[in-house]
Amino acid sequence: MTSLIIIVCYLFVLLALGLGSSRLFRGTSLDYLLASHSIGPFLLLMSLFGTTMTAFSLVGSTGKSFAAGMGVYGLMASSSALLHPLCFFVVGLKVWSLGKRHGYSTQIEFFRDRLDSEKFGWVLFPVAVGLIVPYVLIGIIGGGDTINAVSRGVFETAFADSHHGIPPWLGSLVICGVVLTYVFLGGMRGTAWANAFQTTVFMALGVLTFFILVKGLGGKDGFFESLQAASEAVSPEKRSRSGMPHSLYFAFLLVPFSIGMFPHIFQHWLTARDANAFKLPIIAHPLFVMIVWAPCVLIGMWASGNSEITTLVSSGELKPGGILATLVKNNSTEVLSGLLTAGVLAAIMSSLDSQFLCLGTMFTKDVLRRREGADDHQTVILARSFVVGVVTVCYVLSLVAPRGVFNLGVWCFSGFSALFPLIVAALYWRGLTRMGAYAAVLTTAGLWLFLFWQADFAANTHYSFLGLHPIVSLCAASTIALIAVSLVTPKLRDETLAKFFPPTKN
Amino acid sequence: MNRAAVWCVLLVLVALHHDFWFWDDPSLVGGWLPIGLAWHLGLSIAAVLFWAFVVKSVWPRDLEATAGVDAAAQSDSEVSQ
Repeated sequence: MTSLIIIVCYLFVLLALGLGSSRLFRGTSLDYLLASHSIGPFLLLMSLFGTTMTAFSLVGSTGKSFAAGMGVYGLMASSSALLHPLCFFVVGLKVWSLGKRHGYSTQIEFFRDRLDSEKFGWVLFPVAVGLIVPYVLIGIIGGGDTINAVSRGVFETAFADSHHGIPPWLGSLVICGVVLTYVFLGGMRGTAWANAFQTTVFMALGVLTFFILVKGLGGKDGFFESLQAASEAVSPEKRSRSGMPHSLYFAFLLVPFSIGMFPHIFQHWLTARDANAFKLPIIAHPLFVMIVWAPCVLIGMWASGNSEITTLVSSGELKPGGILATLVKNNSTEVLSGLLTAGVLAAIMSSLDSQFLCLGTMFTKDVLRRREGADDHQTVILARSFVVGVVTVCYVLSLVAPRGVFNLGVWCFSGFSALFPLIVAALYWRGLTRMGAYAAVLTTAGLWLFLFWQADFAANTHYSFLGLHPIVSLCAASTIALIAVSLVTPKLRDETLAKFFPPTKN
Repeated sequence: MNRAAVWCVLLVLVALHHDFWFWDDPSLVGGWLPIGLAWHLGLSIAAVLFWAFVVKSVWPRDLEATAGVDAAAQSDSEVSQ
């Protein structure tokens, strides 16, 4: 019950934050969708980091390290530490500059303008929404499952079907309700504030959990002795990468590029007050990745040397995703258990809020084509209505989605990574043509669907194409299609190019 | 240092990410930290230093001016609507 009370308190703090940020709302669509381009370095760092880190960074990484060993850090974290700032520097800064110059609120507005094509938006929109919705569903379902896990046994006479805990559908509903409230009230400013708070929470609790669990897993009196004992108990395979294929490791280097095409990250970039606001996120992002991932990977690796945990996992009583929560429950108080659950929910909600706001913005700006300044008050009402609609539809979908939706995570990332060459070409290559852009998007969508079908709709988690992870083929095919078609199709008008590139020197 | 040199350093860091030399090595640094993980933690710290250097040395100065001038023009037109 203590854990549940802590979670309820945490959710109320978020609601209060949403109410607080709504008091600063200026009433314009620019303020609701982009916080009036007022986000400074610290809030930009926290909102970008909070949005890119999901529950997988805490509980998923621990479970994955339990199964695959310490190599998970190199596979998923240090590549992001190196390449996410590259996306911020190469794509984010330029997007911010062009966005502020031409008044964009969404990624599709940018592409429509850059390619001088209304129709292109209608092709990119379903692809972007189709790739992001499963990612949203993972967060909603994960939130409901997390609340159910921590509340099991609390209600002695109710919810027997859910182990006497809060049913997952109700937990998901509460999560959606809280996120909807602060996004509805505070818009982008509320989202940025909530992200900053939630990022602080999950980072602090991650580090705190690590220090508490070291003693529990090592079992020695001193901290350093416990560190040594915990590591020595781990098998040599898990302390190295002997079981990890080199090709998989190489392929995963492409995953971090997905954030360059995430529509919600695009929207966050546009909120920056000035170009200098990007400096702190670019420098501190790798450090933050290390602070969150290193403790979780070590805990997962150590758990693989813990006989109690390995017995539970081998018997099927414990799933890898539940290892962190079980370790906390066994080695600390119920208060810490509640706080850790709040941290996991923080990681989930700090991504969900940006995704909800972004989808609402896309429907307002890309489908209804509402521009800044045109019936501004009405635009805010429409954006809020769409946010409500998006949350409702996503929640309903989460109730009917198959549990295999969790396997879709890496497929979503792969699709966005394959679209990364498109944004780079749009920003830096005059030779990009409309047909080249169509070719990149349609090749990505077509090949993605084919590979997805071949992989038994993500059920086959070891599926490879031409001996490599599907992300490699997707990125290669998209890049080749983009360049080849652009080279043989008509160039864009000089007036269009002049909006995005400085004049060429003759 | 010019931009080309900076991007070369980034390529070196990306290449160092694939540390096949520690791939099968289970030894522990300080008796507790797997050497492969220690390498990647070092790489993350190197990434912080690298990006700090990039921000200091090759920061694009023209972006602010370009966005600012046109943004001012844009806000003027919005006010006049």
